[in-house]
Amino acid sequence: MEAAELWEIALRSLWVAGLATLLAALPAVPLGLWLALKGGGGFFGRALLYAGLALPSVVVGLFFYLLLSRSGPLGSLGLLYTPYAMVLAEAVLAFPLIAAFVLSGARGRVEEVRLLVRSLGGREGQVLPTLFWESRRTLAAALAAGFGGAISEVGAATLVGGDIRHHTRVLTTAIVVETRKGELESALALGFILLGVALLVTALLIILERE
Amino acid sequence: MSPVLKAQGLVHRYGDFRLEVPRLEVYPGEILAVLGPSGSGKTTLLRLLSGLLLPEEGRVEGGFRAYLPQAPPLLRRSVLENAAFGLRLRGVPRGEAWARASAMLERVGLGAKARQPAHLLSGGEAVRLALARTLLVEPGVLLLDEPTASLDPANAAQVEALLREAAGEGKGVVLATHDLFQARRLAHRVVFLFLGQVVEEAPASLFFQRPQDPRSQAFLEGRLL
Amino acid sequence: MGSMRAIFLLAACLSGQALGLRLATTTSVYDSGLLDRVLPAFERATGVRVEVLAVGTGQALRLAERKDVDAVLVHAPELEGEALRRGVLAEPFCLAQNRFLLVGPKGDPARVRGVGGILEALRRIARAQAPFVSRGDRSGTHLKELALWRAAGLTPRGGWYLESGAGMGQTLVLAAEKGAYTLSDLATHLTVGRKRGLVALYAGEDPLLLNPYTYYLVPGGPKAKEAAALRRFLATEEAARLVAGLKVEGQALFQPLRGRCIIPGSGGR
Repeated sequence: MEAAELWEIALRSLWVAGLATLLAALPAVPLGLWLALKGGGGFFGRALLYAGLALPSVVVGLFFYLLLSRSGPLGSLGLLYTPYAMVLAEAVLAFPLIAAFVLSGARGRVEEVRLLVRSLGGREGQVLPTLFWESRRTLAAALAAGFGGAISEVGAATLVGGDIRHHTRVLTTAIVVETRKGELESALALGFILLGVALLVTALLIILERE
Repeated sequence: MSPVLKAQGLVHRYGDFRLEVPRLEVYPGEILAVLGPSGSGKTTLLRLLSGLLLPEEGRVEGGFRAYLPQAPPLLRRSVLENAAFGLRLRGVPRGEAWARASAMLERVGLGAKARQPAHLLSGGEAVRLALARTLLVEPGVLLLDEPTASLDPANAAQVEALLREAAGEGKGVVLATHDLFQARRLAHRVVFLFLGQVVEEAPASLFFQRPQDPRSQAFLEGRLL
Repeated sequence: MGSMRAIFLLAACLSGQALGLRLATTTSVYDSGLLDRVLPAFERATGVRVEVLAVGTGQALRLAERKDVDAVLVHAPELEGEALRRGVLAEPFCLAQNRFLLVGPKGDPARVRGVGGILEALRRIARAQAPFVSRGDRSGTHLKELALWRAAGLTPRGGWYLESGAGMGQTLVLAAEKGAYTLSDLATHLTVGRKRGLVALYAGEDPLLLNPYTYYLVPGGPKAKEAAALRRFLATEEAARLVAGLKVEGQALFQPLRGRCIIPGSGGR
């Protein structure tokens, strides 16, 4: 495989996973914080969220395939086999990951922060924004986890992206193709790039949150 | 003179424990020490007085009361931002909040550390920072839970000086402690709690010289912990 | 130039429109490199971009049924005939053919080297209970294998008959590891199987081993015009030359058909 195509695939992986992470984080971070404020969301809330962690990516992929297929309810959008379909499916996969990370990280600080806000005469409604900023370490970790999940995912990416060369091929689906073709050296090289990208982004987030 | 804090008929229970305070008043400029062995209900009483905990029976009246827990939580921000936090909660613009917080930090001896991350402070500095943060929101009453329990004498003396100043400005100060010497140095009046009951309430000089209740006597002689 | 193209692509993505003609094909076709050889010429000539989805045969036909693709290129005559009758596919064009090979370990424990036909070879394998790896994935190759066992009057069953459920390349790797026989196309055998020590044991002229690749239009697809244009291009001299010219180590992988073949169940063509 040529270097130019390798770069193209790596970059596409980055932006697809990055956009999916952002899209998932928008609702997942407030949800995680809110559940933390409500004492962990109760048994069922937590059970539902943690069950989401085990959501099989191929099932999510299949669901989005049926949804976005031309014969499906959202077929007219023409999103199937575009990078945006991959973004959607991967966002759904990253969502419980991010929310669960935020929840478990913020839970331990809730009482402290609430006590502080209330003892200084603040309103209950000011607890959440304070908790948000106090949990920024956790948020960085949650984003890294969501991104790691999205970029290393292959089942949904194949089903809704279709692994179309120069259009929806990402690192994971490229590894599948190369392996299938018996080009194990190329597959391994792509694997190292995937590992490198994941490590780099995670390291970047850790550095950023250290201020 | 009317009290800055007035509690009546307070009853609060959890499990087998029952706290009962028929009547308690704090006057402007007064330092009231709440004494008692561990588990006597000092922290619960302070929380009830602050309004953070609602009593099952009775009521608490008064202006804004600020509560300082034993290990005051610090935010993962700079010392200055921690100090200004209470003002920011009240919608004071950042520039003004920071200016007032800077001045207060000077007063509590933390001016040089304003830009540091708060988690790098020592125990004594952390308590002074929390006190600065609390004083900035100008409470009518300060409720402090063992503020100097883990501090070295120098830091404890600084905190005590700040509390005297606050009382001098007309605030009411309620101090839960089991440090008898501190209570003797600071308090105008003492409430002695034992197993959730007010056993004795007296002016500090009287309490320390001639405690009336045998349990107060035992406590002062170090036979109750 | 490059940035113009990027902007165009981005705009096309954002508008949610399919960029080009979508062609579903099987992984073995994709992995052989046939399309990489033929399609660029078509794209240059017409300006139509072709997006290739490499999927299983069954999935390719389902994609056609749901109108998620505009055309398919497959090699599973039985399934194709059925899809033609149901109107899922239309206007078949036989593009190329090659032959399946029976490959296996050099030691050839079932002694199939030099037999007169593929059916006899399979009977020997079954009699010797020598390990045999089946694709087991309803792909064109798998369906062909099942048809051959049926024609030989055998129902393969037992510990010697393994199903990989994987693509051709991985199946060959598995066969090499297990010292087993398997049915393969030439291209994948040359690129994967031979490197791992498998040898072609039956590559005779038996017509049962013919493997025709057929291009179909999907009626009602949004890029029907482009799909028809590709069909016209595949019928040209140039396309036939490109197909014939695809070689691995001097061996041609496909023989161009230029539309001359028999589609089972559809009448002649």
